[in-house]
Amino acid sequence: MAIEANGKTFETDEEGYLTNLAEWEPAVAEAMAAEDDLPLTDEHWEILNFLREYYEEYQIAPAVRVLTKAVGKKLGKDKGNSKYLYALFPYGPGKQACRFAGLPKPTGCI
Amino acid sequence: MSILHTVNKSPFEKSSMDSCLAYVKAGSAVLMYEDGIYGAIKGTAVAEKISASDGVKFYVLGPDLKARGVAEDKIVDGIEIVDYAKFVSLAAENDKVQAWV
Amino acid sequence: MSEQIKKFMYVNRRAPYGTIYAWESLEVVLIGAAFDQDVSLAFMDDGVYQLVKGQDTAEVEMKNFSPTYQALGDYDVTKLYVEKESLEERGLTLEDLMPLTYEDEDDDWAEKDSIKLVSRAELADIMDEQDVFFSF
Repeated sequence: MAIEANGKTFETDEEGYLTNLAEWEPAVAEAMAAEDDLPLTDEHWEILNFLREYYEEYQIAPAVRVLTKAVGKKLGKDKGNSKYLYALFPYGPGKQACRFAGLPKPTGCI
Repeated sequence: MSILHTVNKSPFEKSSMDSCLAYVKAGSAVLMYEDGIYGAIKGTAVAEKISASDGVKFYVLGPDLKARGVAEDKIVDGIEIVDYAKFVSLAAENDKVQAWV
Repeated sequence: MSEQIKKFMYVNRRAPYGTIYAWESLEVVLIGAAFDQDVSLAFMDDGVYQLVKGQDTAEVEMKNFSPTYQALGDYDVTKLYVEKESLEERGLTLEDLMPLTYEDEDDDWAEKDSIKLVSRAELADIMDEQDVFFSF
């Protein structure tokens, strides 16, 4: 599988996650979001950037409950809850947001 | 005839290093790489055996030390830290290579 | 499924990069953390090498997963037993290991050490208290 963004082709796995995480650029997130009919707002980007920082620091995509707790600590309680995160990413702040952010599928997501 | 002996297993998990040290003769060389680099750390029973091996030159692969977080000052005195290019030239310089896998 | 909380211990006895055991163990720990059990990790024999600080795998072109141990606290995995004798046999001390901490929810989020240095005899006693082992 593959996805087109910014005039380039990016290889993805059978579930749509980037094969080479190092290739990621913001246009990839935009293209993936467009395929899901989900226009990305600043609120989405805040979470995507948070996920990329988390991966940079810990080398893993966090499980949803860990992400929720970590977002709460960094961005405040009104954002660190599953209602807010699922409203932004209806297919799951773990699976969908990590895919947009160029992270692997969260460890522990089946 | 000089032999380059290579060891890539931890001396604390497998007997590769012990066997190597039992067979190595003066004038030969021993290169530790991958998990074999743990044999090069000071203050262990293996380190004592290395220090007692007269006439044998010991080498350890730098990139594998870095990967495992082993600082150069932890390495037994007299062991030379080498890169991949030196690994290749050691293999070429010696008459043969025995890999203690 | 039983409501009773069981004591799970992951027993780590392998060095990090020569084989895949260490990374596999870490992944299973992270997955298993979702099940709300009483989890602890034991590091003995070559397993103590997993926690050595300053790992840099750029030149060997492998994934450096040592930063992931820092995330264990977020996953409520806060008991990492490191066996003293294994460190000593390998010419290492606690100073050679990464400092790993967690924030204690029950103590006003105070930062506490996750690594607990224990003797072989103490670890044997801790192992005696466990219900299940996962061996790597």
